[in-house]
Amino acid sequence: MQTSMLIVVLLILSSIAFYLGRRRAFAVARGRARNLHSLPSYYGYYVALWCGLPALLVAGLWFSAEDAIITRMLVDNLPPEVRSLEPGRVDLVLNDIHNLVNGNITSREPDAAMLAAADHYRQLRATSHAALSVVALALAIVAGTFSLTRIRPEHRARNAVERIVMALLIACSSIAILTTVGIVLSVLFESLRFFQTISLFEFLFSPQWSPQTALRADQVGSSGAFGAVPLFAGTLLISFIAMAVAVPIGLLSAIYLSEYAGRRLRASVKPLLEILAGVPTVVYGFFAALVVAPMIRDAGLSLGLDVASESALAAGLVMGIMIIPFVSSLSDDVINAVPQSLRDGAYGLGATRSETVRKVILPAALPGIVGGILLAASRAIGETMIVVMAAGMAANLTANPLEAVTTVTVQIVTLLTGDQEFDSPKTLAAFALGLVLFVVTLLLNIFALHIVRKYREQYE
Amino acid sequence: MSSVDMIEKAVQSERTSFRQAAKDMDSLTRRPEQRETVGEVRVEDPRVRCNDVNVYYGEKHAVMGVNLDIGRNEVIAMIGPSGCGKSTFLRCLNRMNDTIVGCRVTGQIFMDDQDINASGIDVVPLRAMVGMVFQKPNPFPKSIWENVAFGPRIHGLAHNKAELEEMVVTSLQRAGLWEEVKDRLEQPGTGLSGGQQQRLCIARTIAVGPEVILMDEPCSALDPIATAVIEDLIDELRGHYSIVIVTHSMQQAARVSQRTAYFHLGNLIEVGETTQIFTNPVHKLTEDYITGRFG
Repeated sequence: MQTSMLIVVLLILSSIAFYLGRRRAFAVARGRARNLHSLPSYYGYYVALWCGLPALLVAGLWFSAEDAIITRMLVDNLPPEVRSLEPGRVDLVLNDIHNLVNGNITSREPDAAMLAAADHYRQLRATSHAALSVVALALAIVAGTFSLTRIRPEHRARNAVERIVMALLIACSSIAILTTVGIVLSVLFESLRFFQTISLFEFLFSPQWSPQTALRADQVGSSGAFGAVPLFAGTLLISFIAMAVAVPIGLLSAIYLSEYAGRRLRASVKPLLEILAGVPTVVYGFFAALVVAPMIRDAGLSLGLDVASESALAAGLVMGIMIIPFVSSLSDDVINAVPQSLRDGAYGLGATRSETVRKVILPAALPGIVGGILLAASRAIGETMIVVMAAGMAANLTANPLEAVTTVTVQIVTLLTGDQEFDSPKTLAAFALGLVLFVVTLLLNIFALHIVRKYREQYE
Repeated sequence: MSSVDMIEKAVQSERTSFRQAAKDMDSLTRRPEQRETVGEVRVEDPRVRCNDVNVYYGEKHAVMGVNLDIGRNEVIAMIGPSGCGKSTFLRCLNRMNDTIVGCRVTGQIFMDDQDINASGIDVVPLRAMVGMVFQKPNPFPKSIWENVAFGPRIHGLAHNKAELEEMVVTSLQRAGLWEEVKDRLEQPGTGLSGGQQQRLCIARTIAVGPEVILMDEPCSALDPIATAVIEDLIDELRGHYSIVIVTHSMQQAARVSQRTAYFHLGNLIEVGETTQIFTNPVHKLTEDYITGRFG
């Protein structure tokens, strides 16, 4: 039986179990639901869960262990001259057998022994699948029947079902957490490999970034310098420009929309602002590269300034426009959530609208506003596309927004795209950059949370 | 005719009469006519004089042609069933209705011979002169000290730190809160109990130095003990301010006020000395209300 078929059958069995459970609950209650501890459908869910969950769990475990066990049996049956090869070679042979089974291209013409092994593999897999189907279905039926016989009027089916549901909720939330932990760990380990070749100190403090490592001794232009300072400086410069654009514009427009604008205007303008957030970043990118950057260069020329055609200013400005809706929309929501009674209190004391906004509403809405700004900041730091197109690749260490700079994310992209060896410092540097970026964002969040907790004015 | 039919018929006729009653009620609330006020609406040397004040919420005529004087150093209570327009009228006195979209006020309200609804009147000094305390205590989420200092700050009343300090302390003393909070002025005002919060709001209001204080059901969110404290406070404050209090508690009106105004469906039905209103009401509606026949 195929896997998908097995799952469908299990689901059908579970739904049958649901009806049986409910009917049995009615039967033991002599037709009156009030005699039962729980609502009849809970008995149905109880039986259905007993029927479906253990079988699915067994199937899951089976699949995760199946391959290892079959391979092991296969190796034991291989001719001795193959088994005596070194482990890497054995893996190659096994790979070929896999490919044969799945009808893919093999590395060489298969010989008789290999064809036999492939047949054997096929056979083992079929047996395993059949066994699994039998075991799972038997388990479903046995567990379902067992739970069906346990139904009594005083049986606490609701409590049991709710415990299982809670376990399910915990499992789902732990998936999110475990994934995060997994990503962090994998980045961390790759970074550690990087730091075995390049010292952490050099990476964090050297002002020279030129990641091309030489393949031959006489190759030119390949210094292999891994000082990340220019990248972080560039990231900070561009993010700073973006925030300098987005925070005032976003916050002030949020204040206007929530406190000054009429209801009709607000209803039409707010969605329009949010459309900005829906524009793909690549569109912003070529807008920045083809429209804004030349505009800035021309404006600079007319002022007698020397502006690079790819500048931090262009990228930062466009990125700022991109994150305006994050700031404005979230701020608008939290400003609206400030209770009307606080506004009344301020107006009742003779405060003007701007005094009310500045002294009562903004302090009360501060945590939410900072949350919105933080979200915008992390978008700015992590943004890649606009910077690739508008700010360039040159790792200049400069505070001049009119020069070309590059950012951490852009360098990660250039390090990892194209054909790469995965054990050279050049590629591993991407992981180190990712790790530092992650740590910086984390510190930023912790710092901001601390600030918010210190200065917020809680109204509930 | 079977018994089922009879029951059905009875239910039917009950329904028709109920519908009729609902319709009567509806026409009453939708098109209430303007009524004459019984009792003396004028006082000598009033602090506030209202002439023919009307309030409309869109199409709804919420307050109809109210004439009323508010005397100096008196507590006047506004009573009446829910939705009768007493709170709306109260909010006219410091133009808080301006903040409500679709609300329109006509008529004159004189304060020092100046119509506060006239064009060119700034609400900022008006609201400094006419303070307001709300139904639910609404201290700002700031420290106790900052709550009281808020008004003097925005009106620039204090010229230096010492003066501001003085104002805060006096206001808290006058609101009867000083002894309870003097050691924790830097703690948030929202951390106080409900009754203390309401007294903090009163302190915040009097810190601005108003002459009239409007109170919109100031005790409805408080327990009886906190209510008693506030009522005592209102009685003391009468020496310095004119106080207009909206209340649903007739006992409270009887306890704290000197004059009482009874509102019904947007009309000011009857005004008079509190003792007279509660012992010997003239208008039938007033009598029905205070004897608890409806409300």
